[in-house]
Amino acid sequence: MSATAHGTAQFRPASDNSLLIYFDQRISLDAHQQVAKLLRLLELQPVSGIVNLHPAYCSVLVKFDTLKFRHDEVETRLRPYLDRLDEVILPEPRHREIPVCYGGEYGPDLAEVCDTNRLSLQQAIDLHVSATYIVYFLGFVPGFAYLGGLPEALLTPRLAVPRRRVPPGSVGIAGQQSGVYPFSTPGGWRLIGRTPLAMFRPDRDAMNFLSIGDRVHFTPISPEQFTALENA
Amino acid sequence: MKAIHVQAPGLFTTVQDLGREGFGPLGVSPSGAADPISLRLGNRLVGNPENAAALEMTLLGGTFLFSEGAIVALSGSDFGATLDQVPVDLWMSLEVRPGQTLRLGPTRAGARSYLCVQGGIAVKAFLSSASTHTLSGLGGFEGRALRKGDVLSIASVSQPYCRRTAAPHILSRLSPRKILRCTTGPQSEWFPEPSQQLFYGSTYRVAEESNRMGLRLEGPAIPVSSHGHMISEGVSLGAIQVPGGGSPIILFVEQQTTGGYPKIANVISADFSSVGQLRPRDEIRFERVTWEVARSLLQQQEELLASRELIQE
Repeated sequence: MSATAHGTAQFRPASDNSLLIYFDQRISLDAHQQVAKLLRLLELQPVSGIVNLHPAYCSVLVKFDTLKFRHDEVETRLRPYLDRLDEVILPEPRHREIPVCYGGEYGPDLAEVCDTNRLSLQQAIDLHVSATYIVYFLGFVPGFAYLGGLPEALLTPRLAVPRRRVPPGSVGIAGQQSGVYPFSTPGGWRLIGRTPLAMFRPDRDAMNFLSIGDRVHFTPISPEQFTALENA
Repeated sequence: MKAIHVQAPGLFTTVQDLGREGFGPLGVSPSGAADPISLRLGNRLVGNPENAAALEMTLLGGTFLFSEGAIVALSGSDFGATLDQVPVDLWMSLEVRPGQTLRLGPTRAGARSYLCVQGGIAVKAFLSSASTHTLSGLGGFEGRALRKGDVLSIASVSQPYCRRTAAPHILSRLSPRKILRCTTGPQSEWFPEPSQQLFYGSTYRVAEESNRMGLRLEGPAIPVSSHGHMISEGVSLGAIQVPGGGSPIILFVEQQTTGGYPKIANVISADFSSVGQLRPRDEIRFERVTWEVARSLLQQQEELLASRELIQE
């Protein structure tokens, strides 16, 4: 990818102390890599006065010190970073396995997902397990990874009324995404299963089980295995 | 170590400092005081750094026994505080003697009151901050709102009591507003002119189900043009997002870091503390300002906060 192509990144003010950099207006692996590379570069060579970054599918929200910079001054400082994204070498993607107990009380929406897509329970589980997912970014709440790569045959709309509390570890799907709720939060994704793995552990050095760019597989487990892993 | 014994926690009392900035890539939002101006001033009244951890009370305050005494200050909204039944004022340092009880009641105006103690509340930092993030159960005191029977430690300091007050004529210029000033949001153009006029011309009521994550507003529904397909993106503090139903939501300190609804506007930084003092059923309006005005209002606010006359000894 040439520097000119990165020059098409679009800057837009979001608030008086933040701006959005859009690499694309659709979800793509290329835009994702540019997001990951910009995060990496800013982590290695921080810009003083830039105080936070919120990555997403094809954009990064950059929060800055309003008393130091105007939006155009932040853009001036960041443009050279965009020109250098080609130099950034991302770490080899890690492979992560997430054990999931599907259906029943663990995945209360699995039956509806099957009805919507005319699948048997086993077919739906096989489909979810067969895919390799990519962690596009972490967002929403601590440890929540947005996983792209859900098979088309599982596409199901979000719940019309989100749940007020989703059990932690719930594995959800929404549009072409899948994800694991780290905490008991509100949530509108369809819950198809649950994992006993902790997605966010503040007592660990690497608090997140998943990192941007990771490749993820789900493995089916039984309720007995779920209980055993939960107590391990 | 000195201690605070929680005899009654109040409605929703948490440990907060100025939050943890910089962890968006982990999905962690800053959290921190809902009314940072009041926290900063309260801390200065007791001789603390502005960022020291204090108690943030919401709508109904708690009852706290100071077994070894402490130097404290109350800031933010007036919750009718008494010290051993004697009324005490906001915005001044107080010496609490060992065994005295500070009791706060329901709010008389505004949503949040801060109890700052000299030395600060001692809790284990999570990602460099003492702030509670209640949704994820992280930070603060055991990651949660206080309960009856909790015992909090006060970090030890050895400053003698010094009577400090905040100058009323400056405080009045920092007081919370009900007309929130906004800049455009990243999807403002998704809202056609009639939607913009409706948004800036209407009065909205803060809904009951509002909290530190976000304030839901009741009022005229804002039609969104079907002009774009929204892909989840990073959201800023004070973003005013409009879901399909048309009822705006102001994203607040415990916000999600990313979201998929279009944003019509964004509350300016200088008015964040005002948002933190909004109660359910409060009526608010929005006023549009330019980027330059937003920046200069923040500069003026910081100049007031830095003014030598503000804290008087």
